[in-house]
Amino acid sequence: MDMLAGKVKKTSLNVDSAMNPTDVLERPIRLTARDVTVHYGTKQALHGISIDIPDRAVTAFIGPSGCGKSTFLRCINRMNDTIEGAKVGGTIKLDGEDIYAPALDVVELRARIGMVFQKPNPFPKSIYDNVAYGPRIHGLARNKADLDEIVVSSLRKAGLFEEVKDRLQEPGTGLSGGQQQRLCIARAIAVGPEVILMDEPCSALDPIATAVIEELIDELRENYTIVIVTHSMQQAARVSQRTAFFHLGNLIEQGPTEDIFTNPVNKQTQDYIMGRIG
Amino acid sequence: MATDIQTSPEKASSDRTRIIRDGLRRRHLNEQIFRGLGIAAIAIALGFVALLFVDVFRKGIPAFVQSNLHLSVTYDAELIDVGPAPARGDFPSDAEYTAASLKWQREVALLNWNTIVEAALRKAAPAGFEIDTRQIQTIPETNARHQIREMFVRDPSLLGQTVDVEVLASANAANWIKGNIDRSLGDAQQQLSAPARQLIDTFVEDGTISNGFAWTIFTNVDSRAAPASAGLLGAFVGTLWMMLIVVLLAVPIGVAAAIYLEEFAPKSRLTDLIEVNINNLAAVPSIVFGLLGAAVFINWFHLPISAPLVGGLVLTLMTLPTIIIATRGALMGVSPALRQAALGMGASKTQMVFHHVLPTTFPSILTATILGVAHALGETAPLLLIGMKAFVASVPATPLDQAAALPVQIYLWQGNENRNFFEPRTAAAIMVLLAVMILLNGVAIYLRSRLEKRA
Repeated sequence: MDMLAGKVKKTSLNVDSAMNPTDVLERPIRLTARDVTVHYGTKQALHGISIDIPDRAVTAFIGPSGCGKSTFLRCINRMNDTIEGAKVGGTIKLDGEDIYAPALDVVELRARIGMVFQKPNPFPKSIYDNVAYGPRIHGLARNKADLDEIVVSSLRKAGLFEEVKDRLQEPGTGLSGGQQQRLCIARAIAVGPEVILMDEPCSALDPIATAVIEELIDELRENYTIVIVTHSMQQAARVSQRTAFFHLGNLIEQGPTEDIFTNPVNKQTQDYIMGRIG
Repeated sequence: MATDIQTSPEKASSDRTRIIRDGLRRRHLNEQIFRGLGIAAIAIALGFVALLFVDVFRKGIPAFVQSNLHLSVTYDAELIDVGPAPARGDFPSDAEYTAASLKWQREVALLNWNTIVEAALRKAAPAGFEIDTRQIQTIPETNARHQIREMFVRDPSLLGQTVDVEVLASANAANWIKGNIDRSLGDAQQQLSAPARQLIDTFVEDGTISNGFAWTIFTNVDSRAAPASAGLLGAFVGTLWMMLIVVLLAVPIGVAAAIYLEEFAPKSRLTDLIEVNINNLAAVPSIVFGLLGAAVFINWFHLPISAPLVGGLVLTLMTLPTIIIATRGALMGVSPALRQAALGMGASKTQMVFHHVLPTTFPSILTATILGVAHALGETAPLLLIGMKAFVASVPATPLDQAAALPVQIYLWQGNENRNFFEPRTAAAIMVLLAVMILLNGVAIYLRSRLEKRA
């Protein structure tokens, strides 16, 4: 336990929460979930998840495979809608607005809540078109110059611009895995979302690319509310301010990352962090 | 297990190695047998294809050579007993001139042009060669007199002049020259009389008859009266009209149906039923589609019999399931990651389909379409039932005109009485059909590789 806590303190990325253990929940709450359940057909995947997600902070969902953390993440931008037979119960509110309300347009919701997937999935189009796609479909750019600016600034924010500025017209699929993932982040940022969901964004990347993405996440935190699902406890410890531990479809424990890793209240959380389950 | 523990580790290890080695021998043998079978299967398939091609080419290539008769035709004023052709200046109105001109053409047509052809043939024959009129007329093709007459109608100043003309030798003469008929058969079994055969041989020797490439196969329509001049142009254009209709109808309808079924239709018992029926439709014998076409398009909608429009509609019905199934397969194969990426960006379902899914499947859809069209191209049975097996000696100017089709033309020629002459010609028609199909497939492969490279 002490060894792990030491590790958390050592990472330069996490200076903020490491040196200032005050709970980021004191910040305004962006997303609130209450009693969220998910059924896939007759199988219940989530059993009443309630959680608050603070503004401009990184919230990490950890837990063993099949614990429901990705399922819950996909409830937040209603990606579960696309799965045959998936039924979502409970309420999730974004800035007090129920995202499952019949009047709410899911297209609009996904423009406000961007998503980065486990495997980098750039469109089979040019780097430029990948980033420009969101602004184009949502009509966010008035003219070509506008669009150019959005593309460049999004690529810059994703820390990719310097690497690709000379080949914006080349296919995005030709980039390395880490670059592709940053392209996907740039693509999500280009729409100007309030929340960015990341579903194990580094699981397909090598350690160096992972470090670059983690650093990027830490920078993005200043402007965006980020929810990240991760398999790696070290990653959760490095990038997040709050952590929620899922197990078998239940939210077992949540709190400031520091507390979860150094002083877990629940036995299951402790076992997982010590590597006994998962 | 127990013995394993008792034996020494070295022995156990060598035993294991031996067991694996024995198994390996069997495994390698299995692999070799499987490879051998695979190669044999491919060899058999390729062998049959090669056999088909060799046979068709061996039979068909001679048909691309035609025997031409070089005659010097004299437009003898005594034989051509008509007044001068009317000139426009002699008549006050166009109508009167047209009437007079038609009257003159009728008079020209009523003349016995065979005598002129005969005179030209006799002039070419050795002096004193004995052959009667009926016999000598079997040497040129029957359209020779029309050809010579048309030249005169176009240019009436030929009267009294002698010009060199190239006419086709008759189908029977061509058979004799090419050796399609056994020369040792007796007179009773020969299609040509003895003097005619002798004269033909003389003509070949002195160069009056020479061989040339048979452009007529591509430039002429079918003919029964003058079989040596029978060509594929009418059938080719008929097929072209049908393919145009198939492409214009089957592709948009098929692709749209596939997109709706695969991407938008709610999964229900009804859509399952539709899916099963589309799959069944693909297995319906093509002749049934012909019956359907005859019943619906001809009896009900009263569309013209034997028209490429009806043929095209029938072939469209036949091609639709192929295109729908292939397109659905292609759509199904699109990676879910791409769909999620698009949806996650806030694309609507329609935008997801048209911006991302469809472009990636475009090469497959295109290939499926071309292959479906190529399949329709060779379809014969349904066309027979909608009247396209009629003898049509014209080029269809519109899809509503009567027309033949390439595969039907093959069927008709295959059934022609003059076996010796039409067997090669049938093979030649098959070569043309195969060439069109290989071309279509080649285009499909080319477009596919090009589009995939771009994506």
